[in-house]
Amino acid sequence: MATGPEPSLRLTLEEFAAFLADVRRLGFTLLGPTLVQGDFVHREIAGVADLPRGVGMVQEAGTFRLVPRGDEALFGYPVGQPSWKPVFFPPERLLWTGRRTGRGWEIRLPPEDREPVALLGVRPCDLAALEVLDRIFLHGPYVDPYYQAQRNTALVVAVNCTVPGGTCFCASLGTGPRAAAGFDVALTEMLTGDGHWFLAEAGSDRGRRLLSELPGRPARPEEEAAASQALAQAAGHMGRSLKTAGLKEDLYARYEHRHWAEVAARCLTCGNCAMVCPTCFCHLVEDSLNLTGDRAERRRIQDVCFTVAHSYIHGGSVRSTPRARYRQWLTHKLATWQDQFGCLDCVGCGRCITWCPVGIDLTAEVTALRVPETPGPAGPEERHDQAGASAG
Amino acid sequence: MASEPRSVTPGRLEPMLPVLLPVVKRRRETGDTVTLALDPGPEGFGFAPGQFNMLTVLGLGEVPISISGDPGDRSRLVHTIRAVGPVTRALCRLTPGATVGVRGPYGTPWPVAGQTGRDILIIAGGLGLAPLRPALCQVLARRREFGAVEVIYGARRPEDLLYREELSRWRGRFDVRVHVTVDAAGADWRGPVGVVTTLIPHARFDPPYTSAFICGPGVMMRFTVGDLLARGVPEERIFVSLERNMQCGLGLCGHCQLGPLFVCKDGPVFSYARVKEWLTLREI
Repeated sequence: MATGPEPSLRLTLEEFAAFLADVRRLGFTLLGPTLVQGDFVHREIAGVADLPRGVGMVQEAGTFRLVPRGDEALFGYPVGQPSWKPVFFPPERLLWTGRRTGRGWEIRLPPEDREPVALLGVRPCDLAALEVLDRIFLHGPYVDPYYQAQRNTALVVAVNCTVPGGTCFCASLGTGPRAAAGFDVALTEMLTGDGHWFLAEAGSDRGRRLLSELPGRPARPEEEAAASQALAQAAGHMGRSLKTAGLKEDLYARYEHRHWAEVAARCLTCGNCAMVCPTCFCHLVEDSLNLTGDRAERRRIQDVCFTVAHSYIHGGSVRSTPRARYRQWLTHKLATWQDQFGCLDCVGCGRCITWCPVGIDLTAEVTALRVPETPGPAGPEERHDQAGASAG
Repeated sequence: MASEPRSVTPGRLEPMLPVLLPVVKRRRETGDTVTLALDPGPEGFGFAPGQFNMLTVLGLGEVPISISGDPGDRSRLVHTIRAVGPVTRALCRLTPGATVGVRGPYGTPWPVAGQTGRDILIIAGGLGLAPLRPALCQVLARRREFGAVEVIYGARRPEDLLYREELSRWRGRFDVRVHVTVDAAGADWRGPVGVVTTLIPHARFDPPYTSAFICGPGVMMRFTVGDLLARGVPEERIFVSLERNMQCGLGLCGHCQLGPLFVCKDGPVFSYARVKEWLTLREI
């Protein structure tokens, strides 16, 4: 933790490249944003040359497009589809293998092949998401050993957002566009009259050591001010917003609101929103056996609460209608999560809005749900039936 | 970079790793239900009544099963299992010598210790007697601490009744009353016919000073709780055991949620006062 206001460093593009080289020299596998066949993914990169240059994004409900910016910006976009969740909570992970020994079995853990990773370009919303995941996997009654090992060694290089997207709403949740904590180094990329440069701040001792070895000079007050202004401007240009005051209480009072059925009529229950969410943590535990029956495996596989199987117990599924499953997802993120983990499970990244194939907008649905219902001609039981009908 | 596989002991750091225990005894309870006793080894297996284990049939899968043995006996780990899916069917087919993977115990217990001086109602429907049996064992082991002890048990048919030998042993005691009913029976059944709630008027208990432990199908628990509340049993002294899809037992996989509760770690045993607002909502 910083002990006081620290001078930020001004890095040129070359010094930024040297910084990345230093990170790799320390033994980190450097993961950063890349473009692979027109798709935006996080992958191992060798340095600045591997970063997409001059790429922008257009995001709206159900819309994602990469567009040329016409400049040299390396981080001139908000967030793409992948979050950093898979680095610590992989979509699929082998938990153990079993080998038959006569009538018994022998169980072994898979070999450890983790390498310390450095994450480059973690946006403030995704930093907040990692903090949320920490509450689940590190600070609960049980600690997830894989998550813990990966998280404890990871170096986090955050990038503040000067270009918010059409579905972004971190400013209204207080999670962005400037990273406050949870990083080793935070960068703000600036393209100004005097060139292409980065304002670099340290957020940990490790980050401080890294920056101290760089040739960059301390930033001048007017440079700090320019970066702050760019971030303040970004905060004012978020495409969406979400009012959080009283949100839990409102949603707890709206479990039978008729709007759930309206969303359910549009929702495909595909689970895209949960898969792109940087904090959704549901997973399956699945066993398999080889053909000869002497090798067993157990895997943990990412799951979403939009399947009928998610709540299945013998005799049937608890949440058989899309209405109930969408309600579970949304109320879990914004209401019950607060009781479970003491925070919102939404960081305002907007991915669930962008990547919903039918453009269901969490912020708009919440607004509709917060409108108290006027008693209509249909009683609560009839509304249940309508929800069931729209599900079929 | 890959190194050799590690052999480790299960525990807090590797919570997903089951311990392998041998089946030492198998008893058929009913047409589709079997009780398995596992040998937990020299250290024994401690648990509190109402807790459950995750049981693995290697290569097939893992299921949550409540522990049905006597919590005073650490030398045997007992589960009563009904064959309803692939894993439970396989568990029911296991014979002595076979291996079962065990993780646990998990979950909250029936709060037997907290009910000193009160009348105790144990109300079970069908397989619901399995997680209640350890509670009754504990109540009987500390019998003098409680007032009246009444067991009310309903099953579909006489041949679906669990623990028949034990039921008649409990019936032979003068310090516990056992009421059994079935939904339907032939001419050779001499007991009552009807749902569990029809037996509540026959039980002797003083409602304000009564604690009830209830487990059974949802509809049975709903009507039973309603009946007890109407008689004046306090809602914070009515305890229910809930069932949900569970895949980790650790509160991590997300499947067992009931509103803000993770049934696996906040439950499965809850006071009715704690869960009532969630039990009245549909598809929650």
